[in-house]
Amino acid sequence: MSAPRTAVLALGDDALVLSHRLGEWAGNAPVLEEEVALANIALDLLGQARTLLSMAGDEDELAYLREERAFTNVQLVEQPNGDFAHTIARQLYFSTYQELLYERLADGGTGDTELTALAAKAVKEVAYHRDHAEHWTLRLGDGTEVSHSRMRDALDGLWRYTGELFRPVEGLDVDWAGLDEEWARRITTVLERATLTVPGGPRSSPWAAGAGRQGVHTEPFGRMLAEMQHLHRSHPGASW
Amino acid sequence: MTTLLPEKDRGGGPGAHEEAGQEAYQEAFDAAIAADERIEPRDWMPDAYRATLVRQIAQHAHSEIIGMQPEANWITRAPSLRRKAILMAKVQDEAGHGLYLYSAAETLGVGRDELLDKLHSGRQKYSSIFNYPTLTWADVGAIGWLVDGAAITNQVPLCRCSYGPYARAMVRVCKEESFHQRQGYELLLALSRGTEAQHAMAQDAVDRWWWPSLMMFGPPDDASKHSAQSMAWKIKRHSNDELRQRFVDICVPQAESLGLTLPDPLLRWNEERGHYDFGPIDWSEFHEVLRGNGPCNEQRLDRRRRAHEQGAWVREAAAAYARKHGEQDGDGRTAA
Amino acid sequence: MTTSEWPLWEVFVRSRRGLSHTHAGSLHAPDAEMALRNARDLYTRRSEGVSIWVVPSSAITASSPDERDPFFEPAADKPYRHPTFYEVPEGVQHL
Repeated sequence: MSAPRTAVLALGDDALVLSHRLGEWAGNAPVLEEEVALANIALDLLGQARTLLSMAGDEDELAYLREERAFTNVQLVEQPNGDFAHTIARQLYFSTYQELLYERLADGGTGDTELTALAAKAVKEVAYHRDHAEHWTLRLGDGTEVSHSRMRDALDGLWRYTGELFRPVEGLDVDWAGLDEEWARRITTVLERATLTVPGGPRSSPWAAGAGRQGVHTEPFGRMLAEMQHLHRSHPGASW
Repeated sequence: MTTLLPEKDRGGGPGAHEEAGQEAYQEAFDAAIAADERIEPRDWMPDAYRATLVRQIAQHAHSEIIGMQPEANWITRAPSLRRKAILMAKVQDEAGHGLYLYSAAETLGVGRDELLDKLHSGRQKYSSIFNYPTLTWADVGAIGWLVDGAAITNQVPLCRCSYGPYARAMVRVCKEESFHQRQGYELLLALSRGTEAQHAMAQDAVDRWWWPSLMMFGPPDDASKHSAQSMAWKIKRHSNDELRQRFVDICVPQAESLGLTLPDPLLRWNEERGHYDFGPIDWSEFHEVLRGNGPCNEQRLDRRRRAHEQGAWVREAAAAYARKHGEQDGDGRTAA
Repeated sequence: MTTSEWPLWEVFVRSRRGLSHTHAGSLHAPDAEMALRNARDLYTRRSEGVSIWVVPSSAITASSPDERDPFFEPAADKPYRHPTFYEVPEGVQHL
């Protein structure tokens, strides 16, 4: 059985888009050591994206020639980097989710051997991403007053995009409600240790629940794609 | 016995040696250099040797860090996912190389903050090559082939530099850089053999980067103020002109294989010398860029300063967290 | 240390099982946990290691070059510590 197309595209787009956003940090990180760390995470994600997209077709055609409405990544990963706290909050929310999901997929939650193998490899990478995000969440949350308030703002601001993470993806046999519960438990533990509180607002607005998976994105995503795709599209049929 | 703390924090710095017979130390140092031995951080060394190394290693480290910018400029627009991965890994390596080099400089008793401060305030330089803009995707290839090629020509001899930590950092850098030049060459080859527009893009990039690359070897030997002493100290192993010639000789046949031309009508093989002759370099341009009037000098430094300033609250937060928690949150694992 | 300057750490990497940890270089980090992670990212991104130690540079006590003679020269005149010091009759094996 070949990998379910909707599933590999959804997971592949998540990884592709987040990798792109992290790539925007190059040369801008708060400290040189963090340049190396963020690039490592971006490269892991790009590797995952390439494997996943290749399961659904030609990786470059899929990355560079689809229109915005055809991308099925969650809206969380397309959110602009903001300050370092925003990037860390996005990393914390997403990598915690991705690790839990890939753990389940590695256990055979897909019925597809290719996807199971990808998940088994990726889960180790993602565990490190989650570790990185947790360590920074602790340091920003429990660091200075400034860092605490920046981290709180970032967590609050991105909270509304987290509900979408647990909308079922066609082709993945996963207990999504259980995943959501475990995610919330882990996030709560980390935030409490970081002297932060779990944001209280709604986790998805009624008009946008699960929108990314259906190809409805936020405005910054269009500009991101325009930048990412312009060179490739300017030379139709060229190879690089 | 002393700790490994930088010189400035130590009790027995170079000053402690003064009474004990400067001459004996100078003799030991000269003998070590003559015997091709390495000088290590805690050895006595002449102040001028230390200062030269700090200046050179810092400038080298700054170049790696500033050098991330022109290439990072294309990460978000890389035209294939394969190229994107390569470029990200390369820019990451440059951050890593900067770190290796700052770490080598710190063994001489200068902190990284101090060096970054000098970079940000313009008191220390970085390689002028990075003050040129990357206008098209082909520039990423030209930087890999020509700029990294020139850098490698300069750096390979530095692996035998007399100062141990610098030489060791360069061994690591050179090992990792070997892919940088190749990916650039491969990128240009794909363009050169691609569509007409791609070929033109590649040629344009080579036209713009060729002369600045030749300037990377520094002023001609008769005008280079630091060269002679650096060679005597075996910090430098070959003169600027020697290395420049070596680079030209390597590039000419490589350009032919690429199907691209080098923008120098005077470039031709000289049977007698056994080298390629090449046209005169416009040193006025070099000095203008060095003086800060290149196309991107301000932009590069501004961006660097901004990243550093905007990161201050993050660095402070982590330091504050460490002070609050001491080591009690550490994993508590012992080394074994 | 200014509020934002992180201390320096020395990094030691075991490149594969069966070998000792070797000094790889240094880096800055606010604390040991971050130092370990920075070291992983910086010094083992090409699979150069299977284990890492980080040590605050200020915690290392080093012999001084001035003490080189008293420290190391006395060992130089004790050749009987090395197997080549001893004569073995021809033909004797496994010794």
